[in-house]
Amino acid sequence: MEHVCFCPLSRFAICGGTHGNEMSGVYMVREMQKQKVDQMGSVSITSILSNPPAVDACRRYMGTDLNRCFTDALLSGATTDDTPYELRRARELNAQLGPKGSPEAVDLLCDIHNTTANMGLCLIFYSFDWIALHIYKYIQSKMTSAPVRAICLNEPSSEAYSLESIGKHGISIEVGPQPTGVVRADIFNMAKEAVDLSLEWLHTFNSGSTFEGGEVEAYTPVRSVDYPRDPTTGEITAAIHPQLQDNDFNILRPGDPVFQFFSGETVKHEGEDLYPLFVNECAYYEKKVAFQLTKKITVTLPSVGVKKD
Amino acid sequence: MRKKEINFLLHRPSSSRPVCPPALAQMEVDEVVRLPRLSRVAVCGGTHGNELSGVYLVRELLKGRKQVMEEEERPPSVLTVLANPRAVQQCRRYIDTDLNRCFTHAALKGPSSGPVPYETTRSRELNAALGPKGSPGAVELVCDLHNTTANMGLCLIAYSDCDWICLHIFRHLQRKMPDVPMRYIHFDVSNKESYSLDSVGKHGFAMEIGPQPHGVVRSDVYAAMKAGVQHMLDWVCFFNSGSTFEGEYVDVFTMIKHIDYPRDGETRNITAAIHPQLQDRDFCLLHPEDPLFQTFSGETLRYKGSEALYPFFINECAYYEKGIALSLARKRRVMVPAIRVQTEREEEEEEEEE
Repeated sequence: MEHVCFCPLSRFAICGGTHGNEMSGVYMVREMQKQKVDQMGSVSITSILSNPPAVDACRRYMGTDLNRCFTDALLSGATTDDTPYELRRARELNAQLGPKGSPEAVDLLCDIHNTTANMGLCLIFYSFDWIALHIYKYIQSKMTSAPVRAICLNEPSSEAYSLESIGKHGISIEVGPQPTGVVRADIFNMAKEAVDLSLEWLHTFNSGSTFEGGEVEAYTPVRSVDYPRDPTTGEITAAIHPQLQDNDFNILRPGDPVFQFFSGETVKHEGEDLYPLFVNECAYYEKKVAFQLTKKITVTLPSVGVKKD
Repeated sequence: MRKKEINFLLHRPSSSRPVCPPALAQMEVDEVVRLPRLSRVAVCGGTHGNELSGVYLVRELLKGRKQVMEEEERPPSVLTVLANPRAVQQCRRYIDTDLNRCFTHAALKGPSSGPVPYETTRSRELNAALGPKGSPGAVELVCDLHNTTANMGLCLIAYSDCDWICLHIFRHLQRKMPDVPMRYIHFDVSNKESYSLDSVGKHGFAMEIGPQPHGVVRSDVYAAMKAGVQHMLDWVCFFNSGSTFEGEYVDVFTMIKHIDYPRDGETRNITAAIHPQLQDRDFCLLHPEDPLFQTFSGETLRYKGSEALYPFFINECAYYEKGIALSLARKRRVMVPAIRVQTEREEEEEEEEE
């Protein structure tokens, strides 16, 4: 079987508060900074509150969504007086943790998020990153407190728009369900366990262990579905149907109900069998996404180990 | 044996709220209290702009009413109000200040000079439209729709534990919606200090349903609120048309105190979350030494009170800034007398007495 070697992964960054009202990451970073956590074995740790003004205001963002500001084009633009706060901040973060695509970038960047959708623990990353996928495999084998799933996005690096794409390897750790502005102990503990296991994996990797390959399941986006809306006002006219609500990752078949109008009628799913996620995510109402539809894929991982001199 | 009928004037024009006659505790359950008819009911949503069940329900009701404008209105007349339109538009709890704290007599009459927060202006508009609070012109019943991130099911929240209208409505909802966990919460606040929108009407309560994240609308919660409002309006029709509602006992939760999160001395940031064994356990008795909080470093902090109490509003998002992690209540059984609407003759006789 194929074996892939990587250089030691010794620089780890953990980010929270990229969305200022997603509280697990905010409190995790605050706690790490309070305890002055900066090293774990062979791994140096940087903890960062990504969007401090949004955290102070307990809002997702001040001017624009920070987690859409990390494409190559947006990062390389000129900063002027008119540049929105988050774009400025993205460029600062890129200088501090990147630059994206360069040898100076941190080895692994984990960005902590919450969702109002019933998604358990999800690891989200771009393309088939063997390191990220092995960390996912490791976390899935060790965590019993929640289902653990992987979502592979389809963007090439230059188009990757989220914070974790700055690192040589990046994982967005998405945990739910949790209301915005609220911190739940059980959700916090899940996110913390995922971060601790990621650090454990890095340290074990750096010490020379080989991680065996194998098959893992992941989900890749196919399309998103918006709410039915009033054509004049743009207001939504239906809510997620009770049979779909909280059923992220349960297969959706043609004819299954997806929306219930406030007046009572049902809208059904059309098209092929797909897996829904981000079902009723608060922040996606304005992005015109009621839920995303994905297909399940199987990825074959090579074994990995650190490069030995 | 004919039931003894009592002509209590339980709300007087000079005060806006029911006053509990001291002798009521001795009354027998089968004595029927006569109360004035409820001619106008206000259903308010979007008092907090990101509590969406009420926003969408009020919008639906307004749409429905446009369609039936030609029909004769069934009594009572129902006013549907979007209380804080600007906050609704931005999907925020409030713009400048919490609208649902702006209805004390002092705030309503307060100084008009200087910059006035948006919600202060709005509370005065609402008071003019639905009140004035404390006057005979106020609507008979205000039902203000809210959501909470706490696992509270459906709660009616009122300032009185002897407003028989509110308590009978509660019992009616409980009978009609047996699958929905339902409680009556009483805040023991004087009429002068009552601060929320529902205090503007002669009778009023907040209908609070959770759990639902703010900024999200869940079908199940929306359906419960829609049914709750419909059953309430049906009850008002039955009441106005002369039905007698039998006396019975109701469990009432009276708020005793709040508990704040542990906070960092300098930054005031919270240093712990609600403990996993307390999270989602609203209305499950909390005993001394039960786990209360879990610090972000994993330590358990315990409830140090001496009395077992009932927690509610556990981990309500909007209360972090108000310094409330949870509220605590005592439960007691209230004896609610039978009630019936006053006849027109009885109303006239009362007016002559004044």
